[in-house]
Amino acid sequence: MFKYFPHTEEDLQEMLAATGVKSVHELFNDVPQAARFQKDYELPEALSEIDLRLFFEQLTAPGNAQQLVCFAGAGCYDHYAPSVVQNLIQRSEFLTSYTPYQAEISQGTLHYIFEYQSMIAELTGMDIANASMYDGATATAEAALMAWNNAKKATRVLLSETVDPKIRRVVETYAHFHGFPIKLVPAANGVLDRNALNTELAEGGVAGLIVQQPNYYGNVEDYTGIADAVHEQKGIFVVNANPSDLAILKTPGEWGADVAVGEGQSLGIPMTFGGPGVGYMACVEKLMRKLPGRIVGQTLDNRGQRVFVLTLQAREQHIRRQKATSNICSNQSLMALYVTIYLSLMGKEGLRQVAEMGYAGAHSLRDKLIATGLFKETFEGQTFFNEFCLDYEGDLDALLDACAAYGYLAGVKIGERTLMLAVTERRTPEEMDELVDIIKDINKEEVKA
Amino acid sequence: MNRTLYGNLIFELSKKGRKGYSLPEDYDRTHSTAELPEALRRKEAARLPECDELTVVRHYTNLSHNNFGVNDGFYPLGSCTMKYNPVINEELAGLKAFAGLHPLQPAETCQGALEVYYNLQESLAELAGLSQFTLNPCAGAHGELTGLMVIRAYHESRGDVRTKVLIPDSAHGTNPASAAVCGLEVVEVKSDANGTVDLDDLKRLVQQEGPNIAAMMMTNPNTLGIFEPHVLEITTLVHEAGGLMYYDGANLNALLGEARPGDMGFDVMHINLHKTFSTPHGGGGPGSGPVGVRKGLEAFLPMPRVVEIPAEGEDEGCFKVDWGTSVDGERGSEIAVGSFFGNFGVMLKAYAYILSLGREHIKEVGPLAVLNANYIKERLKDDYLLPIHGVCKHEVVFDGLVDKSTGVTTMDVAKRLLDYGYHAPTIYFPLLFHESLMIEPTENESKETLDGFIDVMHRIAQEAKSDPELVKTAPHDTPIGRVDDVLAAKQALTTYWKSIE
Repeated sequence: MFKYFPHTEEDLQEMLAATGVKSVHELFNDVPQAARFQKDYELPEALSEIDLRLFFEQLTAPGNAQQLVCFAGAGCYDHYAPSVVQNLIQRSEFLTSYTPYQAEISQGTLHYIFEYQSMIAELTGMDIANASMYDGATATAEAALMAWNNAKKATRVLLSETVDPKIRRVVETYAHFHGFPIKLVPAANGVLDRNALNTELAEGGVAGLIVQQPNYYGNVEDYTGIADAVHEQKGIFVVNANPSDLAILKTPGEWGADVAVGEGQSLGIPMTFGGPGVGYMACVEKLMRKLPGRIVGQTLDNRGQRVFVLTLQAREQHIRRQKATSNICSNQSLMALYVTIYLSLMGKEGLRQVAEMGYAGAHSLRDKLIATGLFKETFEGQTFFNEFCLDYEGDLDALLDACAAYGYLAGVKIGERTLMLAVTERRTPEEMDELVDIIKDINKEEVKA
Repeated sequence: MNRTLYGNLIFELSKKGRKGYSLPEDYDRTHSTAELPEALRRKEAARLPECDELTVVRHYTNLSHNNFGVNDGFYPLGSCTMKYNPVINEELAGLKAFAGLHPLQPAETCQGALEVYYNLQESLAELAGLSQFTLNPCAGAHGELTGLMVIRAYHESRGDVRTKVLIPDSAHGTNPASAAVCGLEVVEVKSDANGTVDLDDLKRLVQQEGPNIAAMMMTNPNTLGIFEPHVLEITTLVHEAGGLMYYDGANLNALLGEARPGDMGFDVMHINLHKTFSTPHGGGGPGSGPVGVRKGLEAFLPMPRVVEIPAEGEDEGCFKVDWGTSVDGERGSEIAVGSFFGNFGVMLKAYAYILSLGREHIKEVGPLAVLNANYIKERLKDDYLLPIHGVCKHEVVFDGLVDKSTGVTTMDVAKRLLDYGYHAPTIYFPLLFHESLMIEPTENESKETLDGFIDVMHRIAQEAKSDPELVKTAPHDTPIGRVDDVLAAKQALTTYWKSIE
């Protein structure tokens, strides 16, 4: 007997008798002998719950899974969420249910997805959002597919070089196999090169343009006029935006975007080594029927109550099969709940304050690092939000290693000399000062050596 | 589950000035976002709710009372493998040490996480009978797409242009949809009278499409819960035509302990950790859809992957992330399907499940799940139409009630089940029958639970005869009644803002 299997010997005998076989293995007689597995798996022996706990405690012992004071971002940020969030998403009615096919006993899920869609639409300035995507990268790739499949006579989808290279790789992967070209529009001084973009647009045949805000380097770009230029070609303008910053920054909708996508991890979701986060995807009304994924809509039940249900399903794989807008079905629903509860708590003011603190912290840290004389700005004169790049004059790998030894993750190395740092509301003034001191000390030691 | 509807939206509970958070006040205010040029700022504040903490806690707690999960009762949703989600796994995966890891922190500071990741890659390979796995895909459909990319990359590397993929008509909708996203053309293979792949039709299609065949996708046991008896002939046929065999792992649970896809000749497959390896479905994710390949295809798996570096003179090595970029001189696979490593939090739970069951209990999973399904099949077939006789695997598909004269449909039966405190089976899929009712009990359900369900199914069959209106108007005892789907699609109210316009 095992704790997850309730079958007693007596149960087994009765069930086998009712089924008309003598042993459970007989139920596999239709599996060809050559394909039967008759060995033992080469796996560890079962662990008791006590031993399992010990094993995981040893995995997370100091040094094995060390939480560093995090100044790294690059798509994954160390924000704080009130305790309430994690507690509520663990409620088994949410956790152990599946896709809300049976609306009558799934109003909890349908209801929060509707709230989530409303919040994402409001943050991004879009008309409609879906129930979530896997992550920001695949959401961006799906937006590229949307642009391509929406175009009549296009030759390529444009992708700004200032989009996170990890996202670009995913977009390029999807485009390659789906069968359309991606043209990279180069960057100049850490922002999209407008001349290069104009040249591309002048050539015509643009199904869409994908940009990021703030971009990979943390720079806040001015996208004024771009939407019109893309629309002139009947192309789709896609903005990948960090939703946490949208409490302050101009929304994709205000930039004239047709589709907004991005990674929702920055809305308080723990980093957890990069996942699960939650991709979001929103669009303007006229693209509603091209949107991939689940969508929840409001309706009435036969008792006249306002209720919610999965809707516009004619876009989806279980109805349309190969003609569906996408193959996505399961998404990151529980993380969408996470974000919904987070935004309910933080609200209008809290999210602004989080953005304000990240902005203030990043700008003050940057001042202090430049004041050490060891760094200079990578992109001269660019506007940034809570993430920025600096060029380090010394050995960057050695710097990162030394900081890690002090328990600090000083940032992400994105070039031979370029360090990218992010600051969230979690970073205290003391931690920032200490990071600066550590870096100064390391350099003193190096000078001595 | 609460039987009355909790109908509020969080926006309706909002009151200006309330707050549900507290943040430090003592931060360096030398800079502020007021420095940003007007052109970069949003014009109006986002209309997010303003609520105190208790209001938020009660709201989502009340919402949860209108939801039904595995912990509430039997959830025989076919093809979804709604197992018990062990509580200990939630606790271990939620350990603060894991939650605080940044995906780009130095490998020396996160060996524990990398060890789990690596061990899970290896364990899945052993369970599947394949060579290597990537854990990057976030769901089953994402895994399918990734697997098809791997297959296309393999053909491309040989300069071989192949654009067609053979898919049985009984396949999950994701199979053809994934193929289309991957730029492949779907060729449908017919099912025979037994509900399995029609070998003659397959032979004809292989003959016809020959060098165009990139792959064949198969679910085995198939969506009818039936093991494909000709699987070895099928894999041989497709291999002879130069195509690869893809295994849709949605139904893998049936085979644990009894058979491995790799041993049947499959080259590439995905596994749904949220099905076979007990991680919670979370109302529709996050899942995880690792993809495995046989020997010789490893180089096409997406990056990043976790690799073991053997340490000289020591028994155990250490682990590092291989991003597969040109940093180390050698370029790995060009395929990337996510920013980081996939849903690591989900992987922790799956690995904890594997360690709990161990080699001795994992092999009991398939047999017990299959026994439960056959028990239901035998006990329900007098009232429910069993279109295909014989032994099933982890799930059984009925074609509605035997007695069709009452006009009671599968939809009605499903809705009536809700009144009795059961989640409905999967309905109207597979498409091979008009009234499909697909029941998957999993190995975790006791004989008493199955007997209770069977009794209720018989009772509903009786009701269909004695009081058909009762069944046709079900559910009666749920927070809401049947919903107006047509109205939902027509008005397309998908945000609160639109609903109050």
